[in-house]
Amino acid sequence: MLKKIFFLLVLAGFAVMLFNAYGLSGPDQQLNDVAAHYAEKGPQEVGAANLVASVIVTYRGLDTLGEVTILFLAASIIGFFLKARRDNQRAPKQVRKTSEILETAAKVITPVIFLFGIYVFINGHLTPGGGFQGGAIIASGLVLMLLANPVKKINHNIIRVIESISGFSFILLGIFGLLLAGGFLDNAFLPLGDFGTLLSAGAVPLIYIFIGLKVGAELSGIVSNLQETQKEQI
Amino acid sequence: MEHISLSQIAIVAGILLILIGLWAIISQRNIIKMIIGFSLFDTGIHIVMVGVGYVRGKTAPVLDEAVNVKEAARQIVDPLPQALVLTAIVIGLGITALMLAYALRLYQKKKTLDVKKFNDLKW
Repeated sequence: MLKKIFFLLVLAGFAVMLFNAYGLSGPDQQLNDVAAHYAEKGPQEVGAANLVASVIVTYRGLDTLGEVTILFLAASIIGFFLKARRDNQRAPKQVRKTSEILETAAKVITPVIFLFGIYVFINGHLTPGGGFQGGAIIASGLVLMLLANPVKKINHNIIRVIESISGFSFILLGIFGLLLAGGFLDNAFLPLGDFGTLLSAGAVPLIYIFIGLKVGAELSGIVSNLQETQKEQI
Repeated sequence: MEHISLSQIAIVAGILLILIGLWAIISQRNIIKMIIGFSLFDTGIHIVMVGVGYVRGKTAPVLDEAVNVKEAARQIVDPLPQALVLTAIVIGLGITALMLAYALRLYQKKKTLDVKKFNDLKW
């Protein structure tokens, strides 16, 4: 009983705090200074039509690097955790056969999902989307593949190679920006091109391609690690 | 109450989600339910952040035919919270996967998911 009162007190305190901070104020009538700078100077400085992409890749590129690092850390801890278990006991598992419809549909749809993921991260600087979304779409294609064929082995070496190369290239592009343009992860060392076309915004599409490959590889690694553990009898 | 805007609805809904998630984290005993509570908390924070960045009557921060590049600052919503939420979603996904992997290992060790049974560090 005392515990329930304590829970209610904590929740009420949180509610008061959050409502005071956000709930009562209406929406702004105009942009604040930072956002106005991104909106006015973004097209000339970065050249990406999608302003969210220009914020993520260039203005706050360092945050994105940190985010990719956190994701990499989570993926490797999961791999390490589940791997230690997998080595001790290895028994063949019988899985229920999946339905014909799922198997056939997965064969047709999976390549299309991969293609769509690649489209999303290549066009990330022009349309809503980008590296993270594209990578997540690619990983969801892999999930469909594993649902249709649960005993399938995913080659971890390929995932590891793609992940390492794209992470390394991301940092390398950042260092090129430091040497040839204004600073770390500056995209202006490549020509900015025509605003709104595929080959524009300097290094932004390149960086997004590498982010997309890296996120796709990491999420695929997490999914396949979990799937391999699931085959064991717990 | 004469004028409730879209972003206020979004913020209130987000805060309610945060409170539900917090309730699940502090009151549930099953680890999986606590992880679900964490996910709700996370989603609520994202909704509140996007709602805070909304500017009344403006469009998405993508400069295409709908937005005049010269006048962009007066036609779009704030792109910064959207970029931060994008970052937060991906990190939330990674953390959730990590917590599920921990939960799996804890279950393999003790054959239970009840937090009350994990009292090895209690004295």
